[in-house]
Parts: sequence; C-alpha cells; structure tokens
Amino acid sequence: MADPETGQAVADETAAPKKKERVPRQPMPEQDPAVRRHNFNEVPFGYSEETAIVEAGRCIQCKKPLCVEGCPVRIDIPGFIRLIAEGDFRGSIRKMKETNILPAICGRVCPQETQCEIKCILGKKFEPVAIGRLERFIADWERASGEVEVPEIAKPTGKRVAVVGSGPAGLTVAADLARMGHHVELFEALHKPGGVLVYGIPEFRMPKAIVNAEVHTLERMGVEIHYDFVVGKLETVDELLGRFDAVFIGTGAGLPWFMGIPGEDLVGVFSANEYLTRSNLMRAYDFPNADTPMLRGRHVATIGGGNVAMDSARTAVRLGAEKSYIIYRRSEVEMPARIEEIHHAQQEGVEFHLLTNPIRFIGDEKGRVRQMELLRMELGEPDASGRRRPVPVEGSNYTLDVDTVIVAIGNGPNPLIPQTTPDIETKKWGNIIVDEKTMMTTKQGVFAAGDIVLGAATVILAMGGGRDTAQAIDDFFHIDDPTETAGEREGAQ
Amino acid sequence: MYKILMHERITADVYRMVVEAPLIARKRRAGQFVVIRIDENGERIPLTIGDADAEAGTITLVYQTVGKTTEHLSTREVGDFLMDVVGPLGKPTEIRNYGTTLCVGGGIGNAPLLPIVQALSAAGNKVVTVIGARTKGLLILENELRAVSSELIVCTDDGSYGRKALVTEPVREVCERERVDLCVAIGPPIMMKKVSEATKEYEVHTVVSLNSIMIDGTGMCGGCRVTVGGETRFTCVDGPEFDGHQVDFDQLMKRLNAYKEYEQESLERWRRMREEEAATHAETECRLVEEIEKVKQHG
Repeated sequence: MADPETGQAVADETAAPKKKERVPRQPMPEQDPAVRRHNFNEVPFGYSEETAIVEAGRCIQCKKPLCVEGCPVRIDIPGFIRLIAEGDFRGSIRKMKETNILPAICGRVCPQETQCEIKCILGKKFEPVAIGRLERFIADWERASGEVEVPEIAKPTGKRVAVVGSGPAGLTVAADLARMGHHVELFEALHKPGGVLVYGIPEFRMPKAIVNAEVHTLERMGVEIHYDFVVGKLETVDELLGRFDAVFIGTGAGLPWFMGIPGEDLVGVFSANEYLTRSNLMRAYDFPNADTPMLRGRHVATIGGGNVAMDSARTAVRLGAEKSYIIYRRSEVEMPARIEEIHHAQQEGVEFHLLTNPIRFIGDEKGRVRQMELLRMELGEPDASGRRRPVPVEGSNYTLDVDTVIVAIGNGPNPLIPQTTPDIETKKWGNIIVDEKTMMTTKQGVFAAGDIVLGAATVILAMGGGRDTAQAIDDFFHIDDPTETAGEREGAQ
Repeated sequence: MYKILMHERITADVYRMVVEAPLIARKRRAGQFVVIRIDENGERIPLTIGDADAEAGTITLVYQTVGKTTEHLSTREVGDFLMDVVGPLGKPTEIRNYGTTLCVGGGIGNAPLLPIVQALSAAGNKVVTVIGARTKGLLILENELRAVSSELIVCTDDGSYGRKALVTEPVREVCERERVDLCVAIGPPIMMKKVSEATKEYEVHTVVSLNSIMIDGTGMCGGCRVTVGGETRFTCVDGPEFDGHQVDFDQLMKRLNAYKEYEQESLERWRRMREEEAATHAETECRLVEEIEKVKQHG
C-alpha cells in the first residue's frame, strides 16, 4: 500500500507549499507559447522524476478504482502509479505494459479528462490525479533509460496473422498477437509506420521518434512490416487468407469529408488530412529541403472543433500564418478536442470564431480561395449526440478574408478493402460491420477494429478495439483449431 | 527499394524506365498507376504504368520532365534504386468488346494509352487510334501503337509529321464516318477537354484519365479531388478514369497549377545545386590530374 503521506512529504521539500494544504495537481512544464509558435518541437516537456513522484503520491489508491473503469484498455492505474510513488519506475513500466503496450502514445493523445481522470475520486473535491501525465512520464523514462524491455513472448503457435494498417489499432493487435506467440506481418500502404500517428498528428504533439521506438519494439518482438503495400490492390484480402490463418483490418478513417458547399474545390482549400500529411509525413515545413511543397497561407481558417482541427490551426501558426482561425459551429463547451489542445491553440494565438459556419468559399480568377462567407449560429435543442444543435441566424452573414482553408470536419472509412472484398459487409457510410462478440467481419477469419469500424474516433478507442480483437483472434484459433496452419498448407503445396 | 533495370531518353523530355516490382507487375491492369518516391526527401508523385512484364517482374514507367522530381528521376541510372513504388493504384480500365473504339493520345498520354489499346484490341474491338504531339520530335510510341491498332492517325501541331492538325480534327472525322461505341482520351487536360467537347456532339461515351496532384494515392488526402457531374470525386480511388463529358476540366487545370511557384523554386534550386556539384567535381578532377602529372614528373 502506498502511503499518501509520502507524497506530501516529498512535496513539502520540493514545492514548499504554504501551511498544511493538500498537494496540488502538478503542472507539466512546457515550451513558452511565443517560442513554440516558431518550431515543431513537442510542447510539453513532461514531468521530472521528482514531480512524477509528488503527483503519484496524490493518488489515494482506491480499493475499487473508478479510473480503471474509465479506461478503454483497463490499465491498472493505481498499480502503476503506486510504483511511481515508490520510485520503482522499472516496476511501474512493467505493470503498465501488462495492459498497454503503447503508453508513450496514449499518455500524449488520450482524452484522459473524459475517460480515467473524470472518474478520479479526488476530482470531486480537488483536481484529479494527472494520470495521463504519469503514463507519459513512465513511458518516456523507460525510453530514456535506453533499456526498453521486449515483453515476454509465448512459444510459437504456428498461426499466421496479417494485420492491415499500422495505425493505433494495427499496432495494438500486432503487439498482442505477437505476445501470444502468433506470427504477425503488418501491411502498411504508406512508406512509414504509424498511420494517423505519423501522417496526422503533428510532431509538436506526437514526436515521430516515439512512434518509431514503439514500432522498433514490435520488430524486436518478431513482427514483420511491409511498407508500400496497399492491401486490396497489390494483394486482396482473399489472397492474404490463402497464406495467413486470419486477417485483421485496421485501415482507419482515411477518406476526408468535405462540406459540399460552393467553392470547396478552389486552390487553397485542403482536407485536414492533406494539410497535415504534407507537413508531417512529407515534411513540407522543411521545403525546399524536402521536395513536397505546401501553400503557406497568411490567413488560414480551419473548420472544425476536434483535435485534428486544433492540430491544423496550430500547424498553420508554425508555418508562419499571420492569422489562424478556428471556425466552429457550436460553442467551446461542445468542442470534441482535448481541453489541453484547445488551451494550447489559444495560447499560441489561434483565434476562435465560435457559433459560426461557412456557407461558401470565394475565389479569384486563378481559382484560388480569397474569402469565405459565414453564417452565425445559435444553439437550439439537443440532437442525437446530446449536444445542442446549432441553428443558423437568418441574415447574420459575414465574410472573412482567407487564403487557406482547412476542412477538419471528419473522415469516412477508407474504401479500398470493402471495394475489393465484396463479402465484407459495411454499413451505409462504408464502416465495416463486425460481430460484437467475435469481432469478426461477415467474412470468416477476417477481423476489424478501430476507425474503419467505429467511424472517426480516438487513438485509445482504436487501441481498445485492437486489444479486444487480438483476444478474439486468439479465441478464434482455439475454437476453430484446425489441425493444420497456413504454414503447413503452404509447405504441403 | 526498387531497382532500375533500364532507363532511356525517348524524346527531348520524355524518358522510359523499367523498374523491378514483381508484385505490381503481376497485379497491374491497363489504366492503373503507381506512386513513386525517389529518396528520403522526395515527394510522392503518381505515374501511369506504361507496360509490365509479369514473368520478369518488371513495370515500365514513361514520364516527362516537368519539375524537380521528374528531372531528378531522369538522372537516376540503371542499378540505382527508387525508394518507394506503390501500386497498382486506381481502378483499371473497363475492358470488354464495345465494337468500335476510338483511342486518342496526346503527348505523354500515349504511354498510358498503349496498354489500353492493347487490351481493347485483345478483347475484339476495332481500335482506331489518333495520336498527336506539338512537333515530330515529341511523338512517342507511334510504332507500338500502330502494331496494336486497327488504324493509326498521326498529327502534329506544326505539321512536321503526319497531318498538320489538332487531334480533335481526325476525332470528328472518325465520328462522322462511322459509329463509335467508346472513346478513350488521354493527354494534357486541355486536349482531353477539347476531345470530350467534340465527342459530345456525336454522343460518343468518352473516358478520360486524369493526372491530378496526389500524395498517398489511397483516398486519404483528398488532394486529387475533381468535380465530375457536379460531385466531388477522388482521382486516386474513384478514378483515374472518368466520364469526359462530366469532368470540370477548367477546375482541374487550376488545381494542377496550385504549386507552380513552389515547383519553379524547387526546380531552380535543384539545377543550381547540380551545377555547383558538377563544378566542384570538375575542380577536384582537375586537381587530381595535376597531382598525377606532378607525381609523373617527379618520377
């Protein structure tokens, strides 16, 4: 058992609080907004060992921890935090990795405030334990220690699994299945691994080195990775089933939505995917050293209120925009972005135009966007999502001068696999249908999870889905238990 | 890594390259393309697959030098590697026996046209092929196309070879003289636009193959979007072939010019770097020769 007083004592030494106040939630030091506006380096520096121990000491080690219930992958939160409080960092990361193989990523991109931290009992009276920051700390500590341990791997089962897509869902499935002793091969369409973690989430929020380190661990676990491999085109799912015992589809929500309003195809109007991919994956911020160019707008408007919108607006700031606007049709309360991202955007000078919605884009003779026309909104009755529905205010039209517009209103499922695998059934918008219990698609031996099933959601939900699916695939092998494996079939031919 | 097995210049600014890519060679069908990246700093560009040899495990890429990346590509030598070749992407051409087909190629468009003409002929179509170029020296794949077409009409803008005409002239003539069941036009956007306008008068269904700017080629970025029949479509996953009578070519041309200034900057910088490199190299060589002379003189 951890002694909450331990934390108190340490805090007294380092933070020198007044009187006998409760130790406050420890802030995480970060780059000054004025400086970080001009660079792509990660914004928060993370906790020091001392601060982490202080923060971990705040956890009161509930017998029935509610935080764990809030976690999609059910990390033993009090467990790993107790070990940090005790200074046993190695023990803590081992505890963490029992349930979460990618803590450096989750610690950075999970919406903790709506998952684990919102359930923290301390939050009722004080501020919740900074679970996300501690998760990030312990993962970063391990990487900095230079000794990233490869999880123990069960003895080979002889089963072969093809994992399509190396984003959060695919990485999780691959790691879990490899740990169970199955042979895993990852198929990635792009030239780098990580999916949305590398093409979508910017360096200042998700350093590529971290993704690479996690992928390197997978390789050390024996997972083979094929790049430039577009499943559906180069090899269909049916063909993969000829040489694998199961196929997992984690191809994500990779088809950007547009608004369908006039002028959307003007030069200077981008999907957030394109804007971010140019900057992140293709390093267009380093043009002309990198060959991929991107339009460096002076007045940039990003439409949307999610994390992707914040990432885009903040990227525009770093690329030298004089004005970077967020255009969102509801109010700040309804914004789906992580609170931290909204704060960071505001600190960096992003201007929020709330309760307003574009109705058309206006271009010049060269077909380049120059202005957008907007309509003010007010909040009406709650809609199906429970959020109050924005209703246009008649006659409230106004225009805004812009030379770049980034549409960040979400993504549909990538169509390539459903297009080329007719017996995988999808819902109306193309999301793959899976059985809730077996996680199997309508095609025997083919499984799916992440955004291709859920629609555009979060990294951690994709990981949670990946974890459940890995277990389901393992169960499938045991129930199905054909005496011969794909390897044996190939050998017999 | 994808090895370059053959590389040759076929006109002033058009090159043919054979690359080792066994899986793509086995899978590709007429009308499909690949996305390539030369090296770690390279951009991703789409190139149509001109030909493939499934047995040898190779694909043929025919490209024109238009900017930094293609000019850089033209300096790659046999035995060098391309860092990435992704494909086959896009939907293949719908090949069946239509009856009489009219295939129109302009400039570099003859390269992607060739496998389509081959496939249409093999499917039993009568294929009338019309090809054009600004001038004789820029005409490519004439003999290859002649070999697989029922009839080949060649024209040049300046009359230096074949007929002095734009391709639309013979296109109209063929439509006048016989019933055409399908037209396939591939070339610069302005040429595809004009051909589509011409065939529309004769109500001949016309397929064009678009060369939009794209990054991933798998539907993810949406950079290649084009308006077809009033709807936004993605060239990479919905195309590259669309109904020419429905495509908004004017918009396509504007979008293709989106990065013009950047492309110019990149190209000029690269040429400058090449020159500097060559100068340094020449200087080093001179010194080397001098040193050798010295050593010789001093015995």
